[in-house]
Amino acid sequence: MSSDNRIDIENIRSQFPILQRKVKGKTLVYFDNAATSQKPQSVIDAINNYYTTYNANIHRGLHTLADEATAAFEATRAAVKEFIGAKESEEIIYTKGTTESINLVASSWGRTFLNAGDEIIISTLEHHANIVPWQMIAEEKGAKLRVIPINNDGIIDMDAFKSMLNEKTAFVSIVHASNALGVINPVEEIIQLAHDFGALVLVDGAQSAVHLDIDVQRLDCDFFAFSTHKTYGPTGIGILYGKRALLESMPPYQGGGEMIKEVSFEKTTYNELPFKFEAGTPNIADAIALKSALDFIHQYGKSTIRHHEEMLLRYATSQLKQIEGLKIIGDVENKVSVVSFVIDGVHPQDLAILLDNQGIAVRTGHHCAQPLMSRLGIVGTTRVSFAIYNTIEEIDILIIALKKAITMLK
Amino acid sequence: MSSAKSIQEIEASLVDDFSLFETWEEKYEYLIDLGKKLQPLEEQYKTEQFKIKGCQSSVWIHSFHQDGKIFYKGDSDAVIVKGLVSLMITVLSGQASQVIVDAPLDFINEIGLSSHLAQTRSNGLRAMIRQMKLDAVTLQGIGSRE
Ligand SMILES: Cc1ncc(COP(=O)(O)O)c(C=O)c1O
Repeated sequence: MSSDNRIDIENIRSQFPILQRKVKGKTLVYFDNAATSQKPQSVIDAINNYYTTYNANIHRGLHTLADEATAAFEATRAAVKEFIGAKESEEIIYTKGTTESINLVASSWGRTFLNAGDEIIISTLEHHANIVPWQMIAEEKGAKLRVIPINNDGIIDMDAFKSMLNEKTAFVSIVHASNALGVINPVEEIIQLAHDFGALVLVDGAQSAVHLDIDVQRLDCDFFAFSTHKTYGPTGIGILYGKRALLESMPPYQGGGEMIKEVSFEKTTYNELPFKFEAGTPNIADAIALKSALDFIHQYGKSTIRHHEEMLLRYATSQLKQIEGLKIIGDVENKVSVVSFVIDGVHPQDLAILLDNQGIAVRTGHHCAQPLMSRLGIVGTTRVSFAIYNTIEEIDILIIALKKAITMLK
Repeated sequence: MSSAKSIQEIEASLVDDFSLFETWEEKYEYLIDLGKKLQPLEEQYKTEQFKIKGCQSSVWIHSFHQDGKIFYKGDSDAVIVKGLVSLMITVLSGQASQVIVDAPLDFINEIGLSSHLAQTRSNGLRAMIRQMKLDAVTLQGIGSRE
């Protein structure tokens, strides 16, 4: 493959030790990147190095190790701020993932500002993590959850969205790129339209953060949530970005250490941002290692990564389409590097088992988006998703393995 | 169905059957074939009531009681899973309730199907076995799960 944004794929692959692993006697082909990406050696080393040389609790200790750990922990926060184009580091809250980020907003903002009769808008494409927290708070507050419809390709119906907006719309929580189909939503337009009605917008960036250039100030979203285990970083760390004024106005989500200024049995005053939302000892090691993941992405640049992934996406799409009875769900122009498909007369679970036996990791099932699957009238799909270390050769292996599986099943 | 054979004998002969195959392809092709040949389950039993929760695919088991023995019929929308249903039916159908309840069913781990699904510790298979055993207990007193 020739291109201007050519990357040294062998060099990249050599940085991911897990790619050397054999599965069922074959070299692993890892195509489940939308679930979680693999980690480069630098991220693994950063975790190891932290525990080996400067493990300490942060923000409180007056000793060298605590200083070093605190500095590294806060250096990551500053890097995340740059990564998503936030104005200030105080707007970056560490959570344990997208799920917790959304729950934090639904719970803290929702409990304080939602009124009975208010409306919350989500879309048919949402992951359960962006459905259930809103159902819970809507029920608690007597608010109403409304759902933007999609067409058969998974494209959101913007006319329907416009007609749903009204003075009762309090909040719009929308996925940036669908984990099940890869389809990218026009979040910029959604945010503008919602703001015209005074509604706030949270963008679920779990699938977009690693692929798309994120500039929360330009987007003008009120909140942005993502999980760093999908961005070559560790599990157990996620980010909630919120505009400072909003975060200031919201009460703490959990109580405990770190989040307080002063505690007495009569009254507790809360710490400033971002610590107000970070009760207890945080996930220090993984937060520190996250910086190495972001450095890894910067080293190549998102546009180069995207270029490579788009090449893989186009190649895979065209090869898959040649398989008889195979139908791509969400076969649209504007998507992240995810291909979801169904095959006539073949159950996705059967396919996953036969692919696993050939050393290929894909995802099958409803992808935590059951309402989307029922809207599309399917039990689930087989999903193939790419990262920077995947290759054309791996797609060829997949296609051969797929054909073999189909022959065995039919 | 030769109900004269004990569960242990049937299990041993299944392990034997599978040991004839050298490659994973042959093993799975055999399992898929068993799935395809499974005696069909009447449509009336393919409902929520007979569905087993805990699998990516749908599994339906209909259990009934006859001449002091427990019998099973089943189906799945995934053919490999249907093969597993077939294996469980081959082993358990036509046995006495207590024998079914006590069966360790280790053969599943011994026939060399490598996928997680074909391990008794997998959710789907465990749920299937649990339901079949539960039905055996219930049916002993009543007659059929309706
Ligand atoms: C679109 C989307 N939202 C939310 C989540 C939840 O992320 P996590 O499980 O890391 O909290 C995911 C993860 O699969 C996702 O893809």
